[in-house]
Amino acid sequence: MADTVIRAENLGKKFIIGHRDTRDTMFREAMMRGARNFLRKGRDLVSGRLVVEGDTSEEVWALRDVNFEIRRGELVSIIGHNGAGKTTLLKILSRITEPTLGRVEIRGRVTSLLEVGTGFHPELTGRENVFLNGAILGMTRTEVRNRFDEIVDFSGVRKFIDTPVKRYSVGMYARLAFAVAAHLEAEILVIDEVLAVGDAEFQARCLDRMSEVATSGRTVLFVSHNLAAVTALTRRAIVFRSGQLAFDGPVESALAHYSASFSRAERRDWGRGRQATLISAELLDERGLPTEHFTPGTPLRLHVVLETGGLRGMSLEVVLRNEYNLPVAFYSSNIFNQVPLPGTAGRYECMLSLDSYYLASGEYFFDLQTTMTNVSVDHRVDSAVHFYVDSCSPDGIPYNFKQGQGFGSQAMRLSAPLEFKPLPDGQGR
Amino acid sequence: MSTAEPHSPAPMILEAGRTDRQYWRDVWRYRELFFILAWRDVAVRYKQTMLGIAWAFMRPFLTMVVFTVVFGQLAKLPPGGDVPYAVMVFAGLLPWTLFSSILSDASASVVNNSNLISKVFFPRLLVPMATVMVALIDFAISLTILAGLMIWYGVMPGWQILLLPVFVALTLAAAIGPALWASALVVKYRDFRFVIPFVVQIGLYASPVGFSSTIVPEQWRLLYSLNPMVGIIDGFRWSIIGGASPIYWPGFLISLGAIALIMWVGIAGFRRIERDFADLV
Repeated sequence: MADTVIRAENLGKKFIIGHRDTRDTMFREAMMRGARNFLRKGRDLVSGRLVVEGDTSEEVWALRDVNFEIRRGELVSIIGHNGAGKTTLLKILSRITEPTLGRVEIRGRVTSLLEVGTGFHPELTGRENVFLNGAILGMTRTEVRNRFDEIVDFSGVRKFIDTPVKRYSVGMYARLAFAVAAHLEAEILVIDEVLAVGDAEFQARCLDRMSEVATSGRTVLFVSHNLAAVTALTRRAIVFRSGQLAFDGPVESALAHYSASFSRAERRDWGRGRQATLISAELLDERGLPTEHFTPGTPLRLHVVLETGGLRGMSLEVVLRNEYNLPVAFYSSNIFNQVPLPGTAGRYECMLSLDSYYLASGEYFFDLQTTMTNVSVDHRVDSAVHFYVDSCSPDGIPYNFKQGQGFGSQAMRLSAPLEFKPLPDGQGR
Repeated sequence: MSTAEPHSPAPMILEAGRTDRQYWRDVWRYRELFFILAWRDVAVRYKQTMLGIAWAFMRPFLTMVVFTVVFGQLAKLPPGGDVPYAVMVFAGLLPWTLFSSILSDASASVVNNSNLISKVFFPRLLVPMATVMVALIDFAISLTILAGLMIWYGVMPGWQILLLPVFVALTLAAAIGPALWASALVVKYRDFRFVIPFVVQIGLYASPVGFSSTIVPEQWRLLYSLNPMVGIIDGFRWSIIGGASPIYWPGFLISLGAIALIMWVGIAGFRRIERDFADLV
């Protein structure tokens, strides 16, 4: 077709990762393994192969047999779980890495934003970084100079433009970085998760800017966990699951497909921890049945099955994230309640009954992890559990408080009735 | 890379091994990024130091003083000709410092810029090459010290000084090969991070920096010239203090050959590993 700007054929990308066989139980065994690995690494080095950390190595296909076409001016979302291959695809499209198999044909200039502020140098001033970042993203000096005022106005940090960015707050830094990115000239724009920065007001501005870009006839590929933004900005979506293209079509059906894939029996592999491994987790309703929907004001009941090697002092921890992938709340069994994982090896189940929250309506995720308390994460599963809040109407009022409104993820509630009392003039200052 | 560039009618094709074929065209298209990276490295170099650019003067000057004392006064090595020892040492120190700073800065550069490598496409060659510019600026500063030194001792250069740019170019050629290769190897095997400083340290004594190469016994001179820095340092001395330090031509030609070989091997080695940088870094 004449106006196809991106065509991917049988695209595949292979990585090699290393594994460790067992735990180091004895010093002597650890030494033996060390020596064996040293010999193997030496052999790999001499023969020019990649040196892999670990005892055995395995080939992993981050992408496999991917075919799709994108036409000029189309806005396409790419969604999928962590590790489904989205970022690998973006890296191939933006030429950062080469595919192992297959090919992609691209017509037009591609600009990719895999993060905002790539190459920002803390010692340089805001002004210098705008030029540096612009050049890194593919703008010429003249282009940057012509748009400099626009960029600075958009970022709102004009006062500090000649201050080194290491003195900036996180928010100022992110705003300046996004401002440069927002003024890129490109025929094909590839964007990865850049909206996970800044405050709500700035995020809203970014979304506006993106829809402006989107309506100006450019081709945009948009990778996001933010399903609200996905539906707002794009009409077509491509769903990836374990490196393969699982669905390609209208965004509504894609979202349904994506959500359904969470509850499938053939779940993605959670991997293992070294000391304690999370086996499964699900949200239960008040009858004790698995559910994907949560009603604000009722307890959050999370059923977790895990296996422990019996190491003492480990903790089960939970991070609640909203649909922007921003953390909302945290719980740690050992830190908050001095309840460590059992000290005897075996498989255990538990019911985390968390206090009721007035969560704004939208989608949420629980990241689960087992940790050596306060030291290091042992086994971490991102987005292990997900659920929807269909509506959030504190005290039964006819109003739905949503995440997408930019006022956070929780409705605050009163602990005593609110009343406005009149004050006599001139008092109460 | 500019928007003014006409819409290319031929599509860009991405597949395994494809980047190689359009490599040098990409390098040319990204030339502006090269200058910006070089400018960044220069701008950042002396930020938050008290003495700032003065360091660029102090380092070579102090090294020269140490060498003059150690080799000239304590070890009593002959200066070779009637030129003051300080000038002879400095004329050798200049190309060596240029060479060694390119080698050590460039070899670390790719890993130091891993955030760029893993997030944006551009010919990776630009990153180590940008450090060459930084070393060149330091070199230019050292050159003014040499000029001052020569005025102080009343040493006049002959017509040979006009050939100095040739020897500077040769130094760059000699440095770029190993520097590129080292920068790529460091990405793959971090062991080389420890190897490079060692090589630089040994190289300082293996090259005729603190002494004149005339003190090397005649039967060993050809072999000694396999070290590319031997020919270069001799050439530098010759072009700066002229007849007082004659060039040993057979050795010089061998050094030239070694430079060409190392440069070719270095660039080829870099290119081979380069395409996997984003996956390795």
